[in-house]
Amino acid sequence: MDKMIAGKTISVTEEGFMTDFTQWDKTIADAIAAENSITLTSRHWEVLDYIQTEYKNEVPLSIRKIGKSGVVDIKEFYQLFPMAPLKTATKIAGIPKKVSCI
Amino acid sequence: MKRIVIIGAGTGGTMMAQHLGKELDRKEWSLSIVDERKEHYYQPGFLFLPFDQYKPEDIVKPISEFIPKGVDFVNIKFEKIMPDDRQVILANGNTLIYDILIIATGSEIAPEETEGMGGSEWGKSVFTFYTFEGAKALRDKLKTWPGGKMVVHITEMPIKCPVAPLEFAFQADSFFKDKGMRDKVDITYVTPLSGAFTKPKATATLEYLLKEKNITIESDFAIESVDNEHKTINDYGGKAVPFDILVTVPTNKGSMLIERSGLGDELNFIPTDKTTLQSKKYPDIFVIGDATNVPTSKAGSVVHFEAEILTENILSYIKGQKMEGEFDGHANCFIETGGGKALLIDFNYDHEPVTGTFPIAGVGPLRLLKESRFNHWGKLAFKWVYWNMLLKARPIPFVSARMNVAGKNYN
Repeated sequence: MDKMIAGKTISVTEEGFMTDFTQWDKTIADAIAAENSITLTSRHWEVLDYIQTEYKNEVPLSIRKIGKSGVVDIKEFYQLFPMAPLKTATKIAGIPKKVSCI
Repeated sequence: MKRIVIIGAGTGGTMMAQHLGKELDRKEWSLSIVDERKEHYYQPGFLFLPFDQYKPEDIVKPISEFIPKGVDFVNIKFEKIMPDDRQVILANGNTLIYDILIIATGSEIAPEETEGMGGSEWGKSVFTFYTFEGAKALRDKLKTWPGGKMVVHITEMPIKCPVAPLEFAFQADSFFKDKGMRDKVDITYVTPLSGAFTKPKATATLEYLLKEKNITIESDFAIESVDNEHKTINDYGGKAVPFDILVTVPTNKGSMLIERSGLGDELNFIPTDKTTLQSKKYPDIFVIGDATNVPTSKAGSVVHFEAEILTENILSYIKGQKMEGEFDGHANCFIETGGGKALLIDFNYDHEPVTGTFPIAGVGPLRLLKESRFNHWGKLAFKWVYWNMLLKARPIPFVSARMNVAGKNYN
């Protein structure tokens, strides 16, 4: 389905995950973050950059992997993206919901 | 004489020994299988043991009973794989040189990955049914447990048999009902996932069942620690869930052998081509079952389907031909829902579990993603099928290695 985010028409799933990464830009990230009551800081961006890089390299993401990335530990990951951090962070990063969940 | 070495004589290793024992030209090839253990466990039985439905002796047999004639069973611990030298080092200092190596070392629980999990309450109020010993200890605990808060918990994904903890919760509901004490037991299902299962349609059905059985679900729970003193599990987000009995599935990891050999990822699972089952790094190493990192369930049915395809591929590899066997991620799992009923799910890399008929499209007799008594009988019959057909690599009638989309309702 389509949704207006930051004044642009964006293709998303029912849960709000973007389905086309080429539509993503930083204003969209800010808008999705705001929907989740998050204001993005430089710390958030370091984590989002890491997540996007891993996604581009087709590395499956997990909370464990992010905790061991050296970018952020799990405690801080939760502080930055409360409740379900991996879900929220990937949503803001414009990455499709991970499908390799088994 | 060329040599194939299989390490691990569990479900996958044993099936490969059976298949290759039949298919290889034995004038040219020798076949060995290495495992330090002497017992083969029927692991789905670990789910029935805590409720005293199976006896320990129902689910254990000697490994040697399933190793075919002409296959050398090396009953010694493996120490390390040296992939560049094509050698497996054994604990007694001997080495096995291979032309082809098949790794079937499975997955293991690692409670030490979570702070406090292996602590003072381990075996007292903190249990797991993911080992034979653990399932027996839980059975003994449940015999006299007066009731209270039971928490069924998954630490992190992936785990072996991802439906097993749900089945445990359903079975517990039935067990306490039968004992006339369901009103004294509060069951909570705690999962790191966002819902009851990993796939949307099955999640909807399973969440309905949880609700019907009055089991509370606590999702998106990433455990940080077990507090042995206050008997709570705590997550990174600040949530705490109290328990009187915690039935946990600890982190699952590949064998320590894989870590010692430098072959695994951060959880010691081996990067493996998901269609050919060849190691991504070493062409002469193949991997089967829980030991791989392929994106499907870690389950016996998966291993059964993989074994057929891997056999095909190894025979092609030996002849220098292109490997045409393509594993599709096929998994087929019975889900015990308690009260003498079960669900059945059938899925692969591309198709999630849905409703329908199985194994014969339009006929059944089994129903997919719907509770039925017939499915439960299927699950019970599976123990016989496992010992007598699966481990001996005999084909199961009507059930093919590649998933069949016919008879399934995808719309």
